[in-house]
Amino acid sequence: MVVNSVHWFRKGLRLHDNPALQETLNGADTVRFLLESLEDLDTSLRKLNSRLFVVRGQPTDVFPRLFKEWNVTRLTFEYDSEPYGKERDAAIIKMAQEYGVETMVRNTHTLYNPDRIIEMNNHSPPLTFKRFQAIVNRLELPRKPLPTITQEQMARCRTQISDNHDEHYGVPSLEELGFKTQGDSSHVWKGGETEALERLNKHLDRKAWVANFERPRITAQSLFASPTGLSPYLRFGCLSCRVFYYNLRDLYMKLRRRSSPPLSLFGQLLWREFFYTAATNNPNFDRMEGNPICVQIPWDHNPEALAKWAEGRTGFPWIDAIMTQLRQEGWIHHLARHAVACFLTRGDLWISWESGMKVFEELLLDADWSVNAGSWMWLSCSAFFQQFFHCYCPVGFGRRTDPSGDYIRRYIPKLKDYPNRYIYEPWNAPESVQKAANCIVGVDYPKPMINHAESSRLNIERMKQVYQQLSHYRGLSLLASVPTIQEEAEPPMSDDSQASSSTAAVCNYTP
Amino acid sequence: MKRRLSRDREDSTSSCEGQTDSCKRVKQPEDSGDLLSNWARLPQEILLHIFQYLPLLDRAFASQVCRGWNQAFHMPELWRCFEFELNQPASSYLKATHPDLIKQIIKRHSNHLQYVSFKVDSSTESAEAACDILSQLVNCSLKTLGLISTARPSFMELPKSHFISALTVVFVNSKSLSSLKIDDTPVDDPSLKVLVANNSDTLKLLKMSSCPHVSPAGILCVADQCHGLRELALNYHLLSDELLLALSSEKHVHLEHLRIDVVSENPGQQFHTIKKSSWDAMVRHSPKFNLVMYFFLYEDEFGPFFRDEIPVTHLYFGRSVSKEVLGRVGMNCPRLVELVVCANGLRPLDEELIRIAERCQHLSAIGLGECEVSCSAFVEFVKMCGRRLSQLSIMEEVLIPDHKYSLDEIHWEVSKHLGRVWFPDMMPTW
Repeated sequence: MVVNSVHWFRKGLRLHDNPALQETLNGADTVRFLLESLEDLDTSLRKLNSRLFVVRGQPTDVFPRLFKEWNVTRLTFEYDSEPYGKERDAAIIKMAQEYGVETMVRNTHTLYNPDRIIEMNNHSPPLTFKRFQAIVNRLELPRKPLPTITQEQMARCRTQISDNHDEHYGVPSLEELGFKTQGDSSHVWKGGETEALERLNKHLDRKAWVANFERPRITAQSLFASPTGLSPYLRFGCLSCRVFYYNLRDLYMKLRRRSSPPLSLFGQLLWREFFYTAATNNPNFDRMEGNPICVQIPWDHNPEALAKWAEGRTGFPWIDAIMTQLRQEGWIHHLARHAVACFLTRGDLWISWESGMKVFEELLLDADWSVNAGSWMWLSCSAFFQQFFHCYCPVGFGRRTDPSGDYIRRYIPKLKDYPNRYIYEPWNAPESVQKAANCIVGVDYPKPMINHAESSRLNIERMKQVYQQLSHYRGLSLLASVPTIQEEAEPPMSDDSQASSSTAAVCNYTP
Repeated sequence: MKRRLSRDREDSTSSCEGQTDSCKRVKQPEDSGDLLSNWARLPQEILLHIFQYLPLLDRAFASQVCRGWNQAFHMPELWRCFEFELNQPASSYLKATHPDLIKQIIKRHSNHLQYVSFKVDSSTESAEAACDILSQLVNCSLKTLGLISTARPSFMELPKSHFISALTVVFVNSKSLSSLKIDDTPVDDPSLKVLVANNSDTLKLLKMSSCPHVSPAGILCVADQCHGLRELALNYHLLSDELLLALSSEKHVHLEHLRIDVVSENPGQQFHTIKKSSWDAMVRHSPKFNLVMYFFLYEDEFGPFFRDEIPVTHLYFGRSVSKEVLGRVGMNCPRLVELVVCANGLRPLDEELIRIAERCQHLSAIGLGECEVSCSAFVEFVKMCGRRLSQLSIMEEVLIPDHKYSLDEIHWEVSKHLGRVWFPDMMPTW
């Protein structure tokens, strides 16, 4: 029997360890990355005598037409665990059934199926990372990735490609989608599976050379985009998270000759997993109101202040440089994210994390729905039982991270002639210094938009008020204002009776 | 009388009819002993008891069921406590107390109000609305008044005289104010005099951090006259030796909490010192009092602080604090219960932590943000403090692995000494 199969790309823009295609078109840079990834996929498919078919329209409108036109009998795609994705896919699967099309869905965007983790945590997603790690520790290893699709496999299939394929089904250009291009095609982050796999190799080479699997301490160099950075490729699925996982694991075991790597080796992947799990059953995950895990905080509503932050005009060079890098390149280091997120929300401006999340969604290449929303809630102390006392100073934190000031000079060229002593706080520089640097604060560069000491004093009081209402704590301890979550006290429940050493230890302590 | 009350339900009239219908239906059963039929004839005391469990909105709906329930809704006992929420849609996501409800309260219940607070957002209109209400509380005998800004301090944007006159209405008419929270407001010395003139016998709690128009003399007047004052919160510039001595005088009750915010207005600001003898007098007079100090200073402004022994119990450094100052804290803060450090330079705090463990025998809570401590020193610290550490909040980046412990091993060691499972605090990495 002839099977006519359509594979629907959504996030998994790769041929290795594959199944699915992103519909969210946000900022131009994100779209550019996406289009480059599609081009790359198309190129790879061409080598296998096939092509990528880009069809415009809503899936519910497009698929019925294609099912008929192409006589489709099978539809495959990668599982999307996000609430919106699940809803959309349920509708598609139902419709496919009506057309007699068999659907096959595989879970490969995350290491584990989020439902499995939820089940193992007493049917609710873990709300602390510690708890999440404890559960993952007890799971078997993620499923091994499949190898790349081969010529032999494809030889058994035939794709009907018409002469005017490019016209009807080609990858659109940025202009066609209504975005203006700068004309400058040299971007820091090039989209696509080919680039992703090259970077993976370089990433592993560097780790092997350093032979150090500890969490790297941030240096000034870390702030700049790394040629081995992988986060955007994970987001779009150009790189399979399982391939990354197993490559790291195999390398570790080879170099360290130890039986199993610590969970901390997979930090980036596990955080991603954590947020996907937390979000999968919560359609309100990306907002405060109606979100059961989000603390209701009386954020200020101030569009002018938000715009200054988003456009890098706060008057704090550290913050402005970070937001400029974000806008220009689509990526910033995670500590830089902490700095600007803290500044916008609980640290200084007291503006809602939802606004910050939307800006990141537009500008940040690796901001997928679950991770972006979850991280913003985390960084603004709106969820996940975070202590709120540690505030990132928009002057001090920057200075400690990059004493040379080179990062500031690179992204805010106006300040390049400021001496290191004043480059993080140019408003404190004497007039003579400002004149010598050819950059007068208030004229050539904005004055600081707030007084950090005052704002942080105010805001710590606000956070304390909110949390003390939550925890019903009336005492004087700042740390005790944050309620502890019950799940911390109990050992993780599971379906198997075999306790690993970590769980045995947990049971020995009185909560 | 308008039926629409707070929040934005429009269909109140229809629900009223619906409810009355069910009331009528319920009266029909022949069995006179049927409990259901007595809903309409519940005694007021029982209704009151039930209503006290209901949030305001539910009570408001209940009040529209029938006249009896409406009467219960307006019983004075239900109007002792009220929180006015004043928000503008342009500046806040929160809903506000409905203006009609506010009018009703002022008209019918202002003389019932005893515990009142105002939560305002960052718009001047909200602060003005609060003052408006305050000025009308002429028949009020308030016990508690709280002016709380949930975002930026909008009370400070008001013309000072406008605010003061509204506030003094309450001061003059209440005469039995026990608790007053007026942080971040333009309250001044003369208005404090009015407060004292009318409420000196009853005032127990006064929170006035960041009130820039008050002088040390102004607050001294309060301490001198209000001998029942147990809790006080203010900024460091208002603290003086005289104030501490006044609070320690024989006539004064034992002080329970003193909260001091030390905030730098400009870099290089000079701060005055408080004599050790003044602190000693405080401790002698109120041996159990808690001294809570929050510092928001540049690193080089700590000169006058921690040179002598100081009875601080809860210490928060909201900006970077130097290793040297933390060393002085270890030497001079024997009563320390909680230490929270936002950030420090990037040199390990090993010695300083060990000294704190040695000399601060009451320390039960510690939080470290952007700092560095070697794993060995940290384990040593926890060993020395042992189980008295009920709060240990350390960011993961703080701990530097060394030859004895890696990051993965350290949490076992620490958990062992604490007697419970412990992990450092983490931040997401993308």
